[in-house]
Amino acid sequence: MKGFRYLEGVATLELDTARCIGCGRCVEVCPHQVFRVEGKKAVVVDRDACMECGACALNCPPAALKVDAGVGCASGMIHEWLREKKLPGFSGGGCCG
Amino acid sequence: MRWVAAGSGRAPQIGGTLTLADHLGACLARWGINRMTFMVPPGLYAIGAPDSEAPVVVTANYKMSYDIVRRALCGRNVWLLVLETYGINVWCAAGKGTFGTGELVRRIENTGLAQVVSHRRLILPILGAAGVSAHRVKQRCGFEVAYATVRAADLPAYLDQGAATPAMRELRFNWYDRLVLVPVELVLAAKPVLPVTALVYLVARLFWSADVAAAAALALLGAVFTGIAVGPLLLPLLPGRSFAVKGALAGVVYCALLYALAGGAGWGVAATLGCFLALPAVSSFYTLNFTGCTTYTSKSGVKKEMRLGLPVMAAALGAALFIVVAGRLLV
Ligand code: SF4
Ligand code: SF4
Repeated sequence: MKGFRYLEGVATLELDTARCIGCGRCVEVCPHQVFRVEGKKAVVVDRDACMECGACALNCPPAALKVDAGVGCASGMIHEWLREKKLPGFSGGGCCG
Repeated sequence: MRWVAAGSGRAPQIGGTLTLADHLGACLARWGINRMTFMVPPGLYAIGAPDSEAPVVVTANYKMSYDIVRRALCGRNVWLLVLETYGINVWCAAGKGTFGTGELVRRIENTGLAQVVSHRRLILPILGAAGVSAHRVKQRCGFEVAYATVRAADLPAYLDQGAATPAMRELRFNWYDRLVLVPVELVLAAKPVLPVTALVYLVARLFWSADVAAAAALALLGAVFTGIAVGPLLLPLLPGRSFAVKGALAGVVYCALLYALAGGAGWGVAATLGCFLALPAVSSFYTLNFTGCTTYTSKSGVKKEMRLGLPVMAAALGAALFIVVAGRLLV
């Protein structure tokens, strides 16, 4: 995104080029212009821009894309951790209202 | 309410102009007030007088999303299919899966959309793609999904051209986009922050004086505000990529201002050290928390920041506490 870059080298996005049929859905859905289709195959041109929303993987017909999708939200993760450890947390917080 | 014939049934016709009540409701919702009742019933609506050839635009039943879409499409003949997202906007609902394949297919069946329109094409917002799987929708009900634009304001241009330009597909995150997110974050933070502040006030009151207690409580609230409002608003100006670092830097600047303007020279060593350790840690946490509101931070990135950042924040808070208590006992 113009003017905003997040941490480098953390995105979990994976493209299996052998499976890709070059349909271009990933280019259509990615709001961060991570992909381009070149010669009937998708290529990842900007992996670090990926926010792991999961839209590309969900919409790739042959399932050539994989990403560990989720909302990056600190308070949500803390609550998840506390729940996993069965510790009571202060409620409220959460992401996205 | 006026109705438009829709297949064998009818659909309510909606206007494109927003009333004062619409704007007021939007304002309150920004502060988290009445947010949950700020929704429209899901279903099929008519904008103008759409016929069986008219395009079908899909949106969430968060009233603000719905209002923006119907205003953008004012003066056109379009079907608007509103999904049940429990009053949550498209982006967040897609992440939660309520703006999803299942709900879309269900709503198409419930409204009898296949009888209302002769074509098989749905227009969805790009940010809804995180919840909807286009090829599964096609498999299950025959409708083709096109992801149009990021912003509803670009919908008219999209409808005219039949395709999106690169600019229409690009997510942006300007100053105003960030500003409108701040109020509800403040309201959410108030719940844990107010009791903690009260506790700090009581303890300081007990062991020091009323003045010190008030100063400590205000300083803490200021640090929270710095983390929630100042950090996000100055996001592109603060150096680095890590939100925790950005927040900590905003907190240090806040401390320095406090020191300069609130008579820091008279604080004493312990209080000064405590201040510079604890307050940036608080700001840092709340700016890191803002990653949940942005549209460019990844889960893996936030995890990494938390793994590295939370121990540092906890250590800073612990050290501050230790120094202040030690200072009290020794003097
Ligand atoms: S959506 Fe999947 S198959 Fe289509 S171009 Fe992208 S990676 Fe290839
Ligand atoms: S997960 Fe989202 S941001 Fe990342 S490449 Fe896929 S569509 Fe783009």
